[in-house]
Amino acid sequence: MIAIDSLTKKYGANTVVDRVTFTAQAGRVTGFLGPNGAGKSTSMRMMVGLTSATSGRATIAGRRFADLPNPGREVGVMLDASAQHAGRTGREILTIAQQIMGVPSERVAEMLDLVSPTETEANRRVGNYSLGMRQRLGIAAALVGDPAVLILDEPANGLDPAGIRWMRDLLRDYADHGGTVLLSSHLLREIEIIADDIVMIGQGRIVCHGSKTELLRAAGTIVRAQDLVLLQRALDAAGLPWTPAADGSLRSDADATPVGRAAYEAGVALTELRVADSGGLEDMFLELTADTQRERTAA
Amino acid sequence: MTTTIEEGVGTRRSEIRRVPLSRAVRVELRKMFDTRSGFWLMASIAITGLVATGATIAFAPDTELTYYTFTKTIGYPVTVLLPMIALLSITGEWSQRSGLTTFTLVPNRSRVILAKTISSIAVAVASMLFAFVVGAVGNVAGSTIAGSPLVWDVSIAHGATIVLGNLLCLLTGTMLGMLIRNSPGALVAYFVYALVLPNILGFLAASQHSFQDLRPWVDLNLAQAALFEGTMIGAQWAHVATTVATWLVLPGMFGLRRVMRAEVK
Repeated sequence: MIAIDSLTKKYGANTVVDRVTFTAQAGRVTGFLGPNGAGKSTSMRMMVGLTSATSGRATIAGRRFADLPNPGREVGVMLDASAQHAGRTGREILTIAQQIMGVPSERVAEMLDLVSPTETEANRRVGNYSLGMRQRLGIAAALVGDPAVLILDEPANGLDPAGIRWMRDLLRDYADHGGTVLLSSHLLREIEIIADDIVMIGQGRIVCHGSKTELLRAAGTIVRAQDLVLLQRALDAAGLPWTPAADGSLRSDADATPVGRAAYEAGVALTELRVADSGGLEDMFLELTADTQRERTAA
Repeated sequence: MTTTIEEGVGTRRSEIRRVPLSRAVRVELRKMFDTRSGFWLMASIAITGLVATGATIAFAPDTELTYYTFTKTIGYPVTVLLPMIALLSITGEWSQRSGLTTFTLVPNRSRVILAKTISSIAVAVASMLFAFVVGAVGNVAGSTIAGSPLVWDVSIAHGATIVLGNLLCLLTGTMLGMLIRNSPGALVAYFVYALVLPNILGFLAASQHSFQDLRPWVDLNLAQAALFEGTMIGAQWAHVATTVATWLVLPGMFGLRRVMRAEVK
């Protein structure tokens, strides 16, 4: 579990991270979402002690990162997949990590299997790797010590769709086995695919956070029937507010359950009933991005 | 579910011990050799040593074919290269950005620096042993070829001051690495320190009479030269102590403070 408590970073008068507070639970993948420059990376660097916090604290399983005796075995960290000596081979980078953590040398081969580069690829210098390959290697390096917590900054960057799917399955499995995952992204789609919980940050502040289902439920329900007029009447009768959507369906702020019941009681045959797309979340995110961009143009 | 995880983490934590310094040293030592540039930097010590031996046999006058001549010529490139090795092992963490990994695996940065310093010293000691042995072989070979008498003119005490002189040069590299934390910048600073500064001080001493008496107390290179020549007497030890304190210890402590606080990006 990662507990972040009023974490703040100021550079002079400029507040980059402003009282960020949230918890990443064990057994869940927490997505740290925000536009570029929102303070995600700075927050993550503060969690692992590479940047000192102006105030507030971050603890991992109850302890500050700097107090962990052998951090690599408790927290897997990948902050920048490209931050490696370009002259080392993939295998060598994993070996260095394995040796400093003091875990069995078999872990290197196991991790290479996991990220599945070919034998020749593992022995090539990282300078020749594609960004996607570096990301995979970075995740492998984070996993060498078999930690219970993962902190990954933009791990899906540069991954192709197959790579993103690989990572989703890997992290899902890891969380299902009780691991804690905190990963950041500036892309809503990535976070939607991978995360259970979402923490959205903009200009250093947390804008919203909650479980993905909760946040998506806020987006409402989409309902469709062959006889739309009958459906509208049914919803009105049940006192459920609705708005017509452009594609001929209706969108209601209510959950799917009362909407379905209203239709059933009025004897309306539905052709579609589902939770609305992440419209609400996306709008909020776009607004956030637009704000940041406006600010940049102004400055 | 949460309880099982908490238990799992708890049991695992009890068996996790602090990363021992010996392991950190071993890894830092490995990192000095495992890249092409690092490997050739190390290899260049051996190569220049062998070239210097050959050149001494070929070009030195027969009367100067003594053990000291050999150790001096072989030792010179070693003295120049060692500080670069020490320096690059530190600046690389910032310039190559591998520090992001290094300092998250061992968050105690002074411990990382200590491990790097120890591994640099290990390389230095090995290089000097190499220089002394190759020098001895060269001396025997050279005298035999030239038919001149075999001269062993480096005492144990002199050998010890040569080692000390080299270690001080090496630590200059460590100090500059901590202070500047950028490979090209630190290398330039090192050459200014080792090549430009002594000339300026020498010029100053030649033109300003008043500076002549002061120079031994401020010129680190001059003080170190006595260590290499093996002409140490009381006053010179004092010169070494003073110059090392001002040019090495003081900036070194400042550099370490910056390393402790600098943001690793």
